[in-house]
Amino acid sequence: MSLNNRYEFVFLFDVKDGNPNGDPDAGNLPRIDAETGQGLVTDVCLKRKIRNYVGMVKEETPPFEIYIKEKAVLNRSNLRAYEALELKHESKKLPKKEEDAKRITQWMCQNFFDIRTFGAVMSTEVNTGQVRGPIQMNFARSIDPVVSAEHSITRMAVTTEKEAEQQGGDNRTMGRKFTIPYGLYRCHGYVSANLAGQTGFSEEDLELFWDALINMLDHDRSASRGEMSPCALYVFKHESALGNAPARKLFELIEIHKVSDGPARDFRDYEVTVHRDRLPKGIELTALLD
Amino acid sequence: MGFCLEISGEFACFTRPEMKVERVSYDVITPSAARAIFEAILWKPAIQWHITRIEVLNPIKWMNLRRNEVESIISARTAQTAMKNGSGHLGIYVDEERQQRASLLLKDVRYRLHGEFTMTEKAGPQDSAAKFADMFRRRAEKGQCFNQPYLGCREFTCDFALVDGDTANPDPINDTRDLGFMLYDLDYSNPASPTPLFFRAHIENGSLDVPARHSPEVRG
Repeated sequence: MSLNNRYEFVFLFDVKDGNPNGDPDAGNLPRIDAETGQGLVTDVCLKRKIRNYVGMVKEETPPFEIYIKEKAVLNRSNLRAYEALELKHESKKLPKKEEDAKRITQWMCQNFFDIRTFGAVMSTEVNTGQVRGPIQMNFARSIDPVVSAEHSITRMAVTTEKEAEQQGGDNRTMGRKFTIPYGLYRCHGYVSANLAGQTGFSEEDLELFWDALINMLDHDRSASRGEMSPCALYVFKHESALGNAPARKLFELIEIHKVSDGPARDFRDYEVTVHRDRLPKGIELTALLD
Repeated sequence: MGFCLEISGEFACFTRPEMKVERVSYDVITPSAARAIFEAILWKPAIQWHITRIEVLNPIKWMNLRRNEVESIISARTAQTAMKNGSGHLGIYVDEERQQRASLLLKDVRYRLHGEFTMTEKAGPQDSAAKFADMFRRRAEKGQCFNQPYLGCREFTCDFALVDGDTANPDPINDTRDLGFMLYDLDYSNPASPTPLFFRAHIENGSLDVPARHSPEVRG
């Protein structure tokens, strides 16, 4: 059952004393829009977490397998069994190559959650192996400018004998880590019902996707991330597959203002105003997390 | 049938084909990316969109961004083997197949796109230009779309609004320059190997006139 409605969503998350997304061009400093000072988190960073979460809860089994894996999720030597698709008889009929490629693409969509959600490029000689997924996400951006702090840290051991000799047995090294004290980030996303039809992305998949957004940060703890938490998830459901209002008009209905004095250090320093009274006709707003 | 859309977005990357490893955007939206925006709102095999003019409404600004990307794509052969055998190893391990790539993006863009569509030979007897024009107008006015249109890459979505005949505000930026050769579109007449077409792009007072597909200015 694929989708009959277009959706847009606003996802808010925050970070405390952590680095939500390092910038490889800036020595892993938190990503920052140089002009405004606002923090950025790329779309791919968030998609990575969604993949990891789905891979974890669905234990990497079809139809929820994850194609683009992180090494930590799964041991490479694991060979997974696939439900065989009876292609043998088909291939004797000598189907056209293009159809074959389409079948492969379809099969990949059926088995892999991330392929039917975000799309994928498949390399074939025949140019049919590309699918666009229904879910599009933008960069997340912090509400206010963020300030990144650099912390020097020490380690009471060294890696090599040579280092130990150089230090005369003192065996201490220094490292650096970057955090931002606090940042509230806002991410916009889109779900196209039409593209969902093409990849077979279902209502069940969508539920899993919302679930992933809400829970993924709780399973992505690490020394660098600090305390990252989901704060709110607002979902705009259009009555029709094509949509009932421009996306921008919907995003404008969620306003966020800082209500405390001084620098923000908590989600409570912000007030989220949801203008339900200005909701256009044919749009249903659900706060999946508030 | 001609229409005008005003589009805007926070970021954009209209990648130059000669610099696609570390992506560098063109200075302005390409006709092919502009065509895709019209198509995201309405497209049927019966019609084909052509871009006639692009007006640049915001000053051209840049931003550099480096991301981790995977270096490989899904191998159709491996997938086929797994399908046949019912077992096999699929999946890409991002830590092992990683590339860090920079992109030089455009920031804070706003354009007015002028496009028109013509009917193709795939048009059926019930298809008429008026019908598609009505459909397009209805969708664009309501903010409806097949999928959210984007500026070169899917993570850079854009807002769109239909511009009615006379309400062409604001004026394009005060900028006149030669942008050199720019991608026009891809020629899909041989679907197995689409070939790129180029044209010499000039912006005159912030406005870029796009030549017609079969004019001598467009070279394959």
